[in-house]
Amino acid sequence: MDTDLFVAWFEETARLVREERDRLTRLDAAIGDADHGTNLDRGLTEVCKALADSAPESAAEVLTTAGTTLIRRVGGASGPLYGSVFRQMGKALLTPVTLAGFSAAFEAGVVAVERLGKAALGDKTMVDALAPASRALALAVRDGVSVQEALDQAARAAAEGAKATIPMQARKGRASYLGERSIGHEDPGAASAVLFMTALATVAG
Amino acid sequence: MVGVVLVSHSAGLAAEAMALALGIAGPDAPVAAAGGTSDNGLGTSIDRVEAAVRSVDQGHGVVLIPDLGSSVLTARLLEEEERIVVADVPFVEGAIAAAVAAGAGSSLAEVLEAAEESRAFRKL
Repeated sequence: MDTDLFVAWFEETARLVREERDRLTRLDAAIGDADHGTNLDRGLTEVCKALADSAPESAAEVLTTAGTTLIRRVGGASGPLYGSVFRQMGKALLTPVTLAGFSAAFEAGVVAVERLGKAALGDKTMVDALAPASRALALAVRDGVSVQEALDQAARAAAEGAKATIPMQARKGRASYLGERSIGHEDPGAASAVLFMTALATVAG
Repeated sequence: MVGVVLVSHSAGLAAEAMALALGIAGPDAPVAAAGGTSDNGLGTSIDRVEAAVRSVDQGHGVVLIPDLGSSVLTARLLEEEERIVVADVPFVEGAIAAAVAAGAGSSLAEVLEAAEESRAFRKL
């Protein structure tokens, strides 16, 4: 997994988020403040610019640049949340990047966002997609499958995790004020986490 | 004196909460407002929060008082042990309590405690 793969990951995520911007915003309009698609689109556009300008020399540098840019430029809660995931992932990632190393760094990123948002599995947040993806990566490492197969499994686990947020009652963020009325809607943060994981599986292929 | 930074989704709310806190605490209390995004929308700008921290940091610590959501998350990213702390308190009441304590020359722990007491403060 080389540096170019990580740059391509953010470029593909930016493309996917732009394509799905209105769907993310619609999901967020149902239980949030209807800015998730626009905020993430703007943040990832800035990430792509920052990566083009800084010409990072390692995968870890790509991740910390992306994380810092998301923290600085998003303005909504997804900025500090995704920003922490990638900044921590970048700090934890060793070069050269193996699947096992990536899996460990990914888990560190998920732990960072769980701590920052004080969110756990089942709270109807991005953690419900990211944590299953992290577990799928760890299992793939244990089973010794290829990088492509591992990333495909992680993307599938994220998608299943996001779908599982539909019947959940939100316990974090604006949606939690809605109580039972938050039930029946997919969490927008979990939905965007699926786009990150799908993009990674795509560019690895 | 300990600095106090009011972090809100709204630039107007942060500025008015600061004006109210200074009105009660006195004009010398080191209170700064960091509201809204860098393009003046609703949300949080870490650049604005960092600039506000610098403007009130006299070397005795800074208490960040966020409203909710991204303001809380952004404030937590700036936490530094014994130097920059986030108060988990009602925005307006906490701002006033912290500003009064800071203006009276209280320590970082005392300003934080004063702000936190506002959480249990009954109005009736």
